Amino acid sequence: MTEPLLSVRDLAVHFATKASWADRFKGNGGGSAVKALDGVHFHLREGETLGIVGESGCGKTTLARAVLGLVESSRGEIRYRGRELSKLGRGELHALRREVQMVFQDPLASLDPRMTAGDIVAEPLKTHEPRRSREEVRRKVRDMLAKVGLQPEMINRYPHEFSGGQCQRIGIARAMVLAPRLVVCDEPVSALDVSIQAQILRLLTELQRESGLSLLFISHDLSVVRTICHRVTVLYLGRVMESAPCDILYRRPRHPYTRALLSAVPVPDPRKERARRRILLKGELPSPWDPPSGCVFRTRCFMARPRCAADVPLWRSAGKDRGAACHFLPSS
Amino acid sequence: MAPLLEVRDLHVELSTPEGKVHAVNGTSFQLEEGEILGVAGESGSGKSQVFLAVMGLLADNGRARGSVRFQGEELLHLSSRAMNRYRGRRMAMVFQDPMTSLNPYLKIRRQMTEGVRFHLKATRREARAKALALLERVGIPDAARRLGMYPHELSGGMRQRVTIAMALMCEPRLLVADEPTTALDVTFQAQILELLKELSVEDASRSLVTITHDMGVMAGLAHRVAVMYGGRIVETGPVDDVFYEPLHPYTRGLLESVPRVDAPSADLAVALPGQPPNLQRLPRGCLFRERCPRPRDECAVRSPSLLPLDGEHAVACHEVNP
Repeated sequence: MTEPLLSVRDLAVHFATKASWADRFKGNGGGSAVKALDGVHFHLREGETLGIVGESGCGKTTLARAVLGLVESSRGEIRYRGRELSKLGRGELHALRREVQMVFQDPLASLDPRMTAGDIVAEPLKTHEPRRSREEVRRKVRDMLAKVGLQPEMINRYPHEFSGGQCQRIGIARAMVLAPRLVVCDEPVSALDVSIQAQILRLLTELQRESGLSLLFISHDLSVVRTICHRVTVLYLGRVMESAPCDILYRRPRHPYTRALLSAVPVPDPRKERARRRILLKGELPSPWDPPSGCVFRTRCFMARPRCAADVPLWRSAGKDRGAACHFLPSS
Repeated sequence: MAPLLEVRDLHVELSTPEGKVHAVNGTSFQLEEGEILGVAGESGSGKSQVFLAVMGLLADNGRARGSVRFQGEELLHLSSRAMNRYRGRRMAMVFQDPMTSLNPYLKIRRQMTEGVRFHLKATRREARAKALALLERVGIPDAARRLGMYPHELSGGMRQRVTIAMALMCEPRLLVADEPTTALDVTFQAQILELLKELSVEDASRSLVTITHDMGVMAGLAHRVAVMYGGRIVETGPVDDVFYEPLHPYTRGLLESVPRVDAPSADLAVALPGQPPNLQRLPRGCLFRERCPRPRDECAVRSPSLLPLDGEHAVACHEVNP
């Protein structure tokens, strides 16, 4: 079997917090560490889309930043085309940044308000291919803008003259202009209305089909993830709860957290909604400074038993691309 | 019997440095006692502005025309002093972001009891008891201690529970919830939706309006639905009629564009190409014409009126009502 494009093993990102005056007074020493990610693992193949799903504070954005080499990992490894990210030198990292691009959540905030749409899309070309002539750059930019569905006359307009959906198209053009192999999308459609959301999702799948790139699609929205991803990894409090191909995960979720998440999503069908029994999770999200012992999900889990407080559940693989971390998984 | 709320030909204009924005362009509807009305629409559809106008909460640059009758009395031309007798007392509103609707400097107790002390002249002790009972009702654990806390000490889901409890303090006849679950994670969203449902069952005479862009939230909560586009209601009717037999091309497109966790296929149609209308320069005729799959000649000339088909189901479209 060929090596996946991106593989992440036992990844941990811990942020040290400064010891407060009160901590020192109490003799708590050097401050505590927030375990934003702990033991995260997944892989992504060429041409594939992997969804990373979870609620606020589950570590999805930290994960995106770690994959791009923007935060240092505390443990574990991130391999891109077989090479470990943390061992790359400056030049190699620069070359990697060309192949790995990002699309952000807030389309307007991620564009420089003083640059025109054309300049924004041209910038990566100027950075990574400085020897190209101005005409070449301009032609490439115009082609790229056309590809994402923008008119050629829009090239000289500024971000504030565009709608949210159009800004996201510019953001996608900027990410795609270097023909990357991997694009990390951090909540790329969360800020958009549903009709525009559908347009952008369609655009991403079309671009993927054309160029065979891989997408790491980070989102809190399980319904959106289903329409675009091949596989899904569910995070909770910085840990992987479950991973599975999309069609299996949505039909037969195994981890209690995935089951609760899916049962909580409202569906636009009044009769189904009236008949639905929701799994309502109790309580609040635990503090990442002081995560529960054993299984981190146990404080809100409807299936928790004493064992969950004592032992951290191990990853139990159930065939190719599929697994979950829970002591009481249903037999598959 | 007169409806609780009757809105007739409401227009809202916002003056901006770039010119007038026509946010609401002739909206009429009524709300019966005990009814749950869901108002759906995308950004800029005017769904929030309608109810800000009803509550007398338009921004300083906003002007409303038309008629808003609440329990038979015209509200639109009331002074802000007179409006205060209604707002918070007979009608109350819950907003999307609980952190901006709560005052960060005041303890929960002070914020919750202010209204009931002013409107109902409750004593300090009565007001506290009421606040405590309502916090417990909306499912806040350890409610007595929470009364002494500041908003930042609570989680997002808990804050939204507080704003709901706060809105119910004076037992209003009308509760308007503007995107009450949009800022929350899905598991907390489910909790708040269950709470809103329970509250409507408990007091069957209170009316509830939920304004949301989320068609799933709408399906689970509303009895009747109004779909807005370009500041007008394009389709309205009982929730089942609108969801199972949508007639306006916008409603159809909207429902098809919603990604679903329960659909047999994961494929998503791009049912609504193009952009919503520019509200600064309203085109003549139907505002949806440019995105419509089957526009007719008259759509460019005449704006379609909202006409009833059978019973309560009404649609504003020339193709449906030729």
